Amino acid sequence: MAAMTALPQRLFKSTWTTLKILARNKAGFLGFVMFVSLLLMSFIGPLIVPPEVQADTTAINGSPTADHPLGTNFQGHDNLVMVVYGGREVLVVAFTAGILTVLIAISFGAFSAYLGGWVDTLLMSITDTWLTLPRAIILYVLATLVELDSINALGIFLALFSWPGLARQIRSQILSLKKREYVEAAVLLDLGTPHIVFREMLPSMMSFIAIALIDAMKVAIYQQVSLVFLGAVPFGSGWSTVFYSAYAKNAQYQADAAWSLIAPMGAIILFQLSLVLFSRSLEEVFNPRLRVGV
Amino acid sequence: MSTTTPSISPPRRRTLRLNQQDRDHWLSTAKYFGRTLLKTLFIIWLVTTLTFFIIRTLPGNPVDIMVMSLMDTGLSEEEAQARAKALFRIDFDKPVMAQYTEFMNNLLHGDLGDSYVLAPGKPVMDILMQRLPWTLFSAGISLLISFMLGIFLGMIAAYKRNSWIDQLLTNVSAILDAVPNTLTAILLVMLLGLALKVVPFSMMRGSLSPGIKPGFTLEFFVDAFRHLLVPCMVYVLSTLGGWMLAMRSSTISALGDDYVTVAKARGLPDMRIITAYVGRNASLPLFTGLAISLGFVVAGSVLIELIFVYQGVGLLLSQAIAKRDYPLMQGILLMLTIMVILSTAVADLLYGWLDPRIRIASGEK
Repeated sequence: MAAMTALPQRLFKSTWTTLKILARNKAGFLGFVMFVSLLLMSFIGPLIVPPEVQADTTAINGSPTADHPLGTNFQGHDNLVMVVYGGREVLVVAFTAGILTVLIAISFGAFSAYLGGWVDTLLMSITDTWLTLPRAIILYVLATLVELDSINALGIFLALFSWPGLARQIRSQILSLKKREYVEAAVLLDLGTPHIVFREMLPSMMSFIAIALIDAMKVAIYQQVSLVFLGAVPFGSGWSTVFYSAYAKNAQYQADAAWSLIAPMGAIILFQLSLVLFSRSLEEVFNPRLRVGV
Repeated sequence: MSTTTPSISPPRRRTLRLNQQDRDHWLSTAKYFGRTLLKTLFIIWLVTTLTFFIIRTLPGNPVDIMVMSLMDTGLSEEEAQARAKALFRIDFDKPVMAQYTEFMNNLLHGDLGDSYVLAPGKPVMDILMQRLPWTLFSAGISLLISFMLGIFLGMIAAYKRNSWIDQLLTNVSAILDAVPNTLTAILLVMLLGLALKVVPFSMMRGSLSPGIKPGFTLEFFVDAFRHLLVPCMVYVLSTLGGWMLAMRSSTISALGDDYVTVAKARGLPDMRIITAYVGRNASLPLFTGLAISLGFVVAGSVLIELIFVYQGVGLLLSQAIAKRDYPLMQGILLMLTIMVILSTAVADLLYGWLDPRIRIASGEK
């Protein structure tokens, strides 16, 4: 019983401490707040903001007004509504791709480092071959040929292209962890591979993995924008699609239409910015040596 | 060498022993080269074969696309098919394996085939050679500018670490690194062309003004540079952050090394420590990165050239993809793979050459 009440308390306390350390770094805290706000806007926002029933044909390529705080696009659609509704797709792809990238990298890196021998040689030759290829170009060529008809498919597809660098880093981390005393002690106690990998090794790599996840999300958003731009992903209402449809109407050459580009581009840039700041302050949370003046 | 000084005998014995070492060294170097060469060839074969089959087994081959567009103009299906086949001069009914052996055979003779769609009948090699200089020049110059600027700013950030200038530089470069280069490009077009009106839009579309012929004329160079200006800014802005952050952390770790402390204790002038001691050592790993990046120069140009309608290989690739011009796609992909693999190999060798510690370590092994 005592453990049951202690756990939420402990959890609350550690969350509180984390938040306090986050708040100490102003830029990092700003990033965290931006990250959470954009998540709320994208997943809760569509429940609050009513969908646009009809385009406002009296305001085409409009500047911000009281009715349309972020202006309207070439068809008179409200830019703010499109930004609120366009977040979910982009973020789901980023999360799917990010989590999968990390999972694939962990499996390759961990098996390779832990088992060694021919498994290591095989897995690392696959990783190295994949690393040396012009992956961006192969990604572009394949994306136009494979029918990526769902956001999950796109997320999986992006993950397949971004794991090898991380796999190598995780392998070398585990190789160095294997030599630590507490891991050697666990090996001597015969605690079993799953226990050693999941209870002893991975916890000490959590900070690294959390930051790698944020980085992978950043890359996924970058690639997603590029693919939409090349016309390789046909579906969607995401920020990148909203931005591309305005670009395709040459909005970048018209002062009137500027807002239909600024709104979705601003959303993408703000999200990337929040990821950058957030990951930099997370480094500080996990690595006490980086904390200045604590 | 040892025979030039016959009068002194003891050093001669030493040189003999060195020669033995030299032989071992050459043997291991030859082995290393042989292995690298085999691996390179294998990867090139792998990429070519995989892309060949992937491209051909996926839906939407060029004849189908052509047939569809011909049927849209009112032809019947049979007529459209016959017309498309005649246009492409290729037999898609032939088994894929037969197409593959023919393709590989041609490839071994240095023939990448002819373009189907973008420039029907024109050899892919010719098209590539025509477009490649533009990309190599524009993206290459930008890479060098970005590299040098990154090293310079990275050292400043490292020397002034935790000051406001370091905070500013690292945050700005982390953001520049994260913003997709397409967005950077469009923001620049809007800023310079729309808001400030300092660069006319015509300078941000195409690689030359209409009517100007390539040649050794002043007019040509001035015009080419004018069209290069904004794309170059985009390349630099979107890659600068990476170089800067790498140089910053490399410099910080070099600053803690003993030889820097010793140099300071010897009372060497600061400028000399910065350039000859810290800078030289800290930038070592970055030169490897530069060599690798040279291979990726074309790969990074696809979207930028698309936005600026810059007539390089990157634009060619996106056009070839859109029109399903298989030989052209395949040719560009093959060329890029070779470039990337070669530059990686060069980076490996360069690193050993620049940093003797690595050479010694691999020699002992």
